[in-house]
Amino acid sequence: MRSALKSPPGLATRLLRWFCAPHLLDELEDDLNELFQQRVETVGLRRARWRYCRDVLSLMRPFIIKRQKNEYPNPRTMDMLRNYLKIALRNLARNRVYSFINISGLAVGMAVAMLIGLWLYDELSVNRSYQNYDRIAQLMRNRTVNGETDTRAGLPIPLAQTLTATYGDAFEEVVLAWWTSWHTITLKNQVFSKSGKFMTPGAPEMLSLTMLKGSRDGLKEPASILLSASLAKALFGDTNPLNKTLTLDNTMTVNVTGVYEDIPSGNSFDDVQFIAPWDLYAAATPWVDEAKDDWTNTSFEIFVELAPQVTAADVSAKIRNLLADNTRTLSPQKPEVVLYPMARWHLYSDWKNGVNVGGRIQFVWLFGIIGVFVLLLACINFMNLSTARSVNRAKEVGVRKAIGSRRKELIVQFFSESLLVVTMAYGASIGLTYLAIPLFNEVADKHMTVPVNTPLFWLSGLGFTVLTGLIAGSYPALYLSSFRPVSVLKGTFRANKGVAVSRRALVVMQFTVSITLIIGTLIVYRQIQHAKNRPIGYSRNGLVSLLLNVPHYERHRETVRNELIKSGAVLEVGESASPLTEVRSTNGGFDWAGKDPTLQVNFGTIGISHEFGRAVGWQFKEGRDFSRQLASDSMGVVLNESAVAFMGMQDVVGKTITWSGSDFNVRFHVIGVIKDMVMDSPYEPAKPTLFFIDNNPGKFLTMRLNPERSPQAALAAINAVLKEHLPEAPFNYTFVDQEYDQKFRSEERIGTLSSLFASLAIFISCLGLFGLASFVAEQRTKEIGIRKVLGASVFNVWRLLSKDFVVLVLIAFLIATPIAWYFLNNWLAQYEYRTDVTWWVFALTGAGALVITLLTVSFQAIKAALLDPVKSLRSE
Amino acid sequence: MKGTYLGEFEEVVLLAVAIRAGDAYGAAVVNEIEQQMNRSVNLGAVHSALNRLQEKGLVRSEMGGISAERGGRRKRLYTVTNAGRRALEEVRELRSQMWEAIPKTAWS
Repeated sequence: MRSALKSPPGLATRLLRWFCAPHLLDELEDDLNELFQQRVETVGLRRARWRYCRDVLSLMRPFIIKRQKNEYPNPRTMDMLRNYLKIALRNLARNRVYSFINISGLAVGMAVAMLIGLWLYDELSVNRSYQNYDRIAQLMRNRTVNGETDTRAGLPIPLAQTLTATYGDAFEEVVLAWWTSWHTITLKNQVFSKSGKFMTPGAPEMLSLTMLKGSRDGLKEPASILLSASLAKALFGDTNPLNKTLTLDNTMTVNVTGVYEDIPSGNSFDDVQFIAPWDLYAAATPWVDEAKDDWTNTSFEIFVELAPQVTAADVSAKIRNLLADNTRTLSPQKPEVVLYPMARWHLYSDWKNGVNVGGRIQFVWLFGIIGVFVLLLACINFMNLSTARSVNRAKEVGVRKAIGSRRKELIVQFFSESLLVVTMAYGASIGLTYLAIPLFNEVADKHMTVPVNTPLFWLSGLGFTVLTGLIAGSYPALYLSSFRPVSVLKGTFRANKGVAVSRRALVVMQFTVSITLIIGTLIVYRQIQHAKNRPIGYSRNGLVSLLLNVPHYERHRETVRNELIKSGAVLEVGESASPLTEVRSTNGGFDWAGKDPTLQVNFGTIGISHEFGRAVGWQFKEGRDFSRQLASDSMGVVLNESAVAFMGMQDVVGKTITWSGSDFNVRFHVIGVIKDMVMDSPYEPAKPTLFFIDNNPGKFLTMRLNPERSPQAALAAINAVLKEHLPEAPFNYTFVDQEYDQKFRSEERIGTLSSLFASLAIFISCLGLFGLASFVAEQRTKEIGIRKVLGASVFNVWRLLSKDFVVLVLIAFLIATPIAWYFLNNWLAQYEYRTDVTWWVFALTGAGALVITLLTVSFQAIKAALLDPVKSLRSE
Repeated sequence: MKGTYLGEFEEVVLLAVAIRAGDAYGAAVVNEIEQQMNRSVNLGAVHSALNRLQEKGLVRSEMGGISAERGGRRKRLYTVTNAGRRALEEVRELRSQMWEAIPKTAWS
C-alpha cells in the first residue's frame, strides 16, 4: 500500500511514454523518478506528484519528441513506394521525348476508348427511360410476296379492337396510332408546322409521360390535345396553356388538356411534339373512318403494353395468325403478326425474312471493337517503349537486386511506375475527352456529356486506369525483374532475342490494325460516293418541296399554280401524293395481258398532277409525258423501268393495265416509260412504280425554281403567293437535294467516325514507331559512327535504320489485306447498289502506310546518320 | 552551429554542470540549481538547455557507468568542454570588468 502511494502519477508516465522518442525515454524516466523520490522526502507526496506532472509537461519539446534516425534504416512499404515514385519521376524527366510519346499516346488511346464507352452507354440506354420499357412492343406484320418475306409496321384497325376485346388479359394497353407526321397547328393567326401523333387514350399511360400540367387522362376527352413542354412554350410562352384552343390541320378544333415533359432526344417518340386523340383523326379523315372495319387496309400503327403476368412468347403465339384468320384477300401473303419489343427498336431495326436480325447493333459492336483496338495500340506503344528502354535500366535492376531487392519488389516497382504514367495519361485523357466531346456529339449526332457526377463513371475510370496500368506494365514488370544481376552488372548483358522479336510482333499488330482501319475508311467513303453518283433519274437542283395540309386545296390549285409561274419565281409546279424522296404508298391488285397468274404484284403507286414530271425533270425511255390537251391521259399511266422489267413485257407503251380493289376497278393505258428515279434508299434498286393522274393528289407541291432568280428571292415570291391564296398553309419548304442528302447521313457518320479512329490509330502507331526508331538509333550510335568512319554515306545509314521498320509495315500490310477484304465484302453485301473492293484502294493504303513509316523513321535515321562520328565515338 | 551567445539560464546550467563535475546528469543538475539558487526549475527546461549547450559545443555528453540507484541502468553524463570553460570565463571577466568600471561615487 505504501509503495503504491509513493509512486508517481501513472497518467503522466503514460503521456511521457507516448510522446517521448524511444532513445531518450529511459534517461528521462530515470531523472523523473529520482527527482520524485527526493521530493517525496523533502516536500511531501502531494507536491512531489504535482512537480512530477509539471516536469512531464515541460518535457513536451520538439527535440524530445523527434525520433532519432536509425543508423541502419529499415524501410517500410511506404518508404519504398516513395522511392519508386521518385525514381519514376526522375526517369520521366530525364527522357522527356519518350515520356511525352508514352503519355500522349496512351492519353489519346484512353480518350478514344472513353468516348466510345460513352457512346456505347448512350446507345445501350436508349428508351430505358420509359418505365414500361420491358413491356412495350409494337406489332409488326410479316407478309410473303413472290417467295420473299418482308416485315412492316402497318396493320388494320380491327386488329386493335380484336386484341382488346378477345385478348384483353394479355395487354395492359393496346394503342392504335397514326404515324408520326407533320401537321399544321393554328393559334389565332399564327401557323406552325409540328410533328405529332394521333393515338388512342391509353398512350400516355403506356409511355409513362411525365405530366407537367393536366393529367394523362386528358387524352380521353374527345377534342383534346397534349403538348410537349417545348411546344407549349413555343405556342404560349409562359402563359398557362391549359384549356386554350388550337386548330389542327385547319379542320380539327382541339383544347389543350395537358403538357408533358419532352421525351429525351435520341429515344423513340422524341419527335412526338403533340398527341391528339385517335377518334378525332378518324372523324376528320373519311378514308380512315371507312377503314375502321376493314381488315385489308393495313395503314396504321399498333403499340401494346403487355400485362405483367404474361410473356412476350405466349402473346406472340396467340396473336400470330389473327390476320390470316380474318382476311381472305391477304391470305396468299401468309400474313403473320409479330411482337417487336421496345428493347429492340433502336439497335435491331432490320428485318430479314420475317426475322428481326440486326441494325445499329453492328455499329455498337464495330465501335466497341475499334475502341478496344485503339486502346490496345496505345498499350502496345507503352510496352514497346518500356521494354526498349529497359536496357538502359538494366543496371538499376542489377544494383537493386544486389542490395537486396527481391523480384517481387521489383515487380511492384515497375507496376507502380506504369500506374503512375497511366494515371497521368488518364488525367490528360479526361481533359481530351472534355475538349473532344462537342465535336464527337456533332459527328455522332448525340447529346452526351462527361458524367462527372456519376460515381460509376469515376469507378469505371479507376478500374480502367488500373487495368490499363497492369496490362501496359505487365511486360516490363515481369521482364525487367527477371534480369540476372551478375550479368547485368558485369556488362555482358544482352537483351534477349525473344524480346526484340515480340517487339516486332507488336509493331506488326499495330500496323495491321491501322491499315485495316484505313482501308475500311476508304471503302466506306467510296461506297458513299458511289451511291451519291448514282443516276437518280431526275434533276434535284433547285427543286423545292412543300407539304400542304390545307382543306379544299383543289379549289385553289389552278390559281396557285398560275400565280406562282406568273411571279417568275418558279418554272413549273407539280403535285404528288408522295414526296420525291419517298414512296409512301404501295398496292397490289394489278393485272395485264400475259401476266403469270402466280406472280404477286406490289407496285409503288403515286398519284400526280399533269405537270409533276416536267417539274422534277424525269427522263423518258419510251413514250411521252402526260398532257392536259389529251383528255384520255387522265386514264394514262407512266411506268418506271423496274416496273417494266418486273412485268416482263415488250413494247409496253399502249398496253393496258387494270387495277382492281374491293370497290373499284380501273383500266390504265401505258403512255410512257421513265428511267428509274431514286426515291427510297439510294443503296437499293428502284421499286417498280406506277405514276397516274390523280385529280386530288394532295399533299406535296414540288416546284422547280427559276435559275435566273436567287433562291432567296424566289422563296420570298413563293411565300407571298401562298400567303395570299392559301393563308392557312405554313410555308414549310425543303430543298429536295438536301432531303436527298439525308439518305447518306448514317453512312457518312460511319465514314467520319471511322476516318477519325483510323487517323488516331495511325497517329498512335506512328508515335510508337518514332519512339522505337529513336531508341534504335541511340543504341546503334557507335555502330553508325564506325560505319561512317569506314566510309558509309548518309544514305547507307538511313537505309540501314529504315529497312527493319519497312519490312515490319510490309508484313502488317500483308496480314491486313485479307482481313480488310473479308470484312468489307461482308459490309458491302448489305447494300444492293454497291461499289466493289478494288485493288487500288489496297495499293494506295499500302503505299501511304509505307510513306508515313519512312517519314517517321527517317527523321531519326537521318539525325543519327548526320551525327559527327568523332562525337559518337569519343565517349568511353 | 548556433551562435555561442550564452543565455542567463544556460549560464546557470553550465555552472551547475561544472560544479557536479563527473556526475552531471539531468536530475543532478536540477538538484544542484535548486540547492544553489533556492528556486524550483523544470526538468524540461534543464534538458532543453543541456541540449542547446551541446549543440553550441559548450558541453559534451557520454553514457556513464551502471549505477545502483538507477536499477542498473546507464545515465547520460555531461561535462564542460574547453569552449564551455572559456565561455564561462568570458562572462565572468566581462562582469568583473563592468564591476571595475563602476565609479566609487555611484554608491554614495
